[in-house]
Amino acid sequence: MNNPSLSFLLRVVVKAALLFAALNLIFAVLQPMPALGSLSAYNALFPGRERLPFGERPDKAYNFSLYSLEAMFASHRAAAVPAGDEFRVMVVGDSSVWGTLLTPEQTLSGQLNALGLKTSSGQTVRFYNFGYPTISITKDLLVLDWIRRYDPDMVIWMTTLEGMPRSKQLTSPILQNNAAAVRRLIDAYQIDLDKNDPAFATPGFWDQTIVGQRRALADLFRLQVYGVLWAATGVDQYYPEKYEAYAVDLEADPLFQKLSGPHLKREDLSLDVLRAGMASQGGIPVLLVNEPMALSTGKNSDIRYNFFYPRWAYDDYRVIMQEEASLNQWHYLDLWDAIDAKEFTNSAIHLTPAGSAELARLMAPAVQQRLP
Amino acid sequence: MTLTTLALFTAAALLAGLWPAARGRRWFILAVSVLAVYALQPASAVRELDYWLPTASLALCALGWAVTRPASAALTREDGLAGLLAGGLALGVSALRYVGPSFYLTPTQPPALELAAVAVLAAAALGFGLTRAAGINKAMLWGLLVLILGLFIVLKTDILTQGVAALLRSLTGQAPNLARAADLRWLGFSYMAFRILATIRERQNGRLPAFSLGEYFTYVLFFPAFLSGPIDRPERFLKDAHAAPAPFADSLMEGGRRLALGLFKKFVLADTLALAALNETNALQVNGAGWMWLILYLYAFRIYFDFSGYTDLAIGLGRLMGFKLPENFNNPYLKPSLTLFWNSWHITLAQWIRSYVFNPFSRAMRSREKPMAAWLVILLGQIMVMGLIGLWHGITWNFLIWGLWHALGLFINSRWTEFWRERWDESSQPAWLQKGLTALSTFATFNYVALGWVWFALPEPGQSLRVLACLFGVNV
Repeated sequence: MNNPSLSFLLRVVVKAALLFAALNLIFAVLQPMPALGSLSAYNALFPGRERLPFGERPDKAYNFSLYSLEAMFASHRAAAVPAGDEFRVMVVGDSSVWGTLLTPEQTLSGQLNALGLKTSSGQTVRFYNFGYPTISITKDLLVLDWIRRYDPDMVIWMTTLEGMPRSKQLTSPILQNNAAAVRRLIDAYQIDLDKNDPAFATPGFWDQTIVGQRRALADLFRLQVYGVLWAATGVDQYYPEKYEAYAVDLEADPLFQKLSGPHLKREDLSLDVLRAGMASQGGIPVLLVNEPMALSTGKNSDIRYNFFYPRWAYDDYRVIMQEEASLNQWHYLDLWDAIDAKEFTNSAIHLTPAGSAELARLMAPAVQQRLP
Repeated sequence: MTLTTLALFTAAALLAGLWPAARGRRWFILAVSVLAVYALQPASAVRELDYWLPTASLALCALGWAVTRPASAALTREDGLAGLLAGGLALGVSALRYVGPSFYLTPTQPPALELAAVAVLAAAALGFGLTRAAGINKAMLWGLLVLILGLFIVLKTDILTQGVAALLRSLTGQAPNLARAADLRWLGFSYMAFRILATIRERQNGRLPAFSLGEYFTYVLFFPAFLSGPIDRPERFLKDAHAAPAPFADSLMEGGRRLALGLFKKFVLADTLALAALNETNALQVNGAGWMWLILYLYAFRIYFDFSGYTDLAIGLGRLMGFKLPENFNNPYLKPSLTLFWNSWHITLAQWIRSYVFNPFSRAMRSREKPMAAWLVILLGQIMVMGLIGLWHGITWNFLIWGLWHALGLFINSRWTEFWRERWDESSQPAWLQKGLTALSTFATFNYVALGWVWFALPEPGQSLRVLACLFGVNV
């Protein structure tokens, strides 16, 4: 077109603005983010990820943290159509299960897979890593609830005291940004958590528009693009050349999460969430494991086991867990001191590859006992 | 360039385009260009360097103008006003120190006003003095040319840059042992230097049109093209500066279209491709030749969309103000030969090098008493030109090898074309064969260019060799 007039250009701008506004409104009304999150190039163009997306260095890890549960789980290898001849075991827990500083093969699930367990009928037992690096058993409940759609044959749930206090339950950003899903769980299992907790993100109407969701939309897209490098490299985590080892010398601090003891009470722990998690799998066997931790031998180790726990709190927690497991007839394995302190890395719950292999070896008999 | 900066530049360009009087519009563009030099400069670990480098850019401009203006030309009132405006803005940027951090135009606190005033006055005195020293004009032209080339070498050589950064840190009371090459990032220097060098060479050849100081500042620092070109030619830019502006609706239409295209290319395509394109880290991690080819292709398209996107943005901003900046890209990956690729990739740089390096060199070689053989002139010329283009990106082995890779390709291309010209008449062949050959040549050219990017994208020759080996299925 030659010599467009200013009024013509103005009309173009106005029409474009109206169209943009209309698209935003339609988007906000339809709320298509969950559907969009389910669309994934993983398990189609690229192999599915071995663990859930998480990370703070996407440029090095080709992986990052996002809040769309649909996109996170759709990118997981387990979301592919299940192989008919495998016995699927989902391993749920915190960063120790996810495998901070470990390659996918070195994680607990990877080491369990390396053991080549089979059922009595010859089915391969395949372990799937559903760890996610924040410590809260409500977060675990969210994951446990989600993985039911992948037809697990067994679940291993790794827990630790740090994930149990009521005050810790909603501190994970993945929970805060999936308020609807968490509220549904609170209702479904009658959990003693505040559905109107101020920690929940409560997006308004405008936050649901394309403009309001631009970050989330970009995250969905980025996750797919990083699939190229995940497929090309098999890398899904940034491995620093050096890291700060977990604290051996400790503060002379007897507190646990503002509790001063001398005893931990059952009501200090979110046992209702634990029960909900165990109940969430219906008739599928769940192996509950108190995960191993480093036992410090340094300064003030007479007061604390490690950075996380004063001795009094952790000892009481073990007793409570044992009682609860007996009461409910859970399959419970207490491996709190099963791994040597030298096999921990940058945290008292993060294992070295050798520590992870040792843990898998220790857990294998308990798993095997429950195989058909 | 961030989206915020781009939005501000677009607003400034629209304002300039709507400015009713041509004279006022020129002053406005000059002022914005000067301020943009400060605003675009990134923070440096050397104290206040993010003020001094842009100020040095202004000083270099003033020197460039002073030595390239005709000896007989008198200083005009307009020249004085332009000097006052540029100096005043430099002092104004420094004065923001006293207003508060929220108002700093520079990334960190600018230096004290009296220090800035001394520097501005010294630059003004030097520039003024040089305009008076007409008798030594020729020597001054060469002197400035050598100074700019020297700065180029220092800024493009990490070890030298680090040395200068250490020196500057000592002068500012900072620990010199913490100096890094990145401390001395002089943003826009490369393109600014090419424009000043162009005016010097045009002046030496007697072809430089008369520039006022304000026009010279605007030509060298023109804010749409300051960061990434295109490198306009002095006489062409001046023509636009003096031309009656096109109807604003036309400028808005064309400028808006290029801006939208540039935004999409740079911020959608290039930035997305960058997530998965070949880089120093993933080059060592990729398993298998197929994936390596894929991330190499992603790099090839990423660098194209990034650079051509920036060019679209610059051209779009220029159009909003009535300037028709030259094109820098013309579908380079769709060209069936390397020669045609270099006629359509970073066109203005290739033309600059051809005009000021290749042509003088080949003329000199051919006009010798014993003229050099044509093929040898072409070979040496290509090596020199492409080597320089490589080193312009940074004085490293990898950039040099990248340049030589293309020099070799261009030489083979020219010999191949020469060889077949007498033996094969393509135009007499059936259409399907012609099309097939063109497609094959385009594919081969693209892959030759893509393999060249392996040298460009990575910092070490050893790493590049490993990637090349991986691409062909060899594990090193």
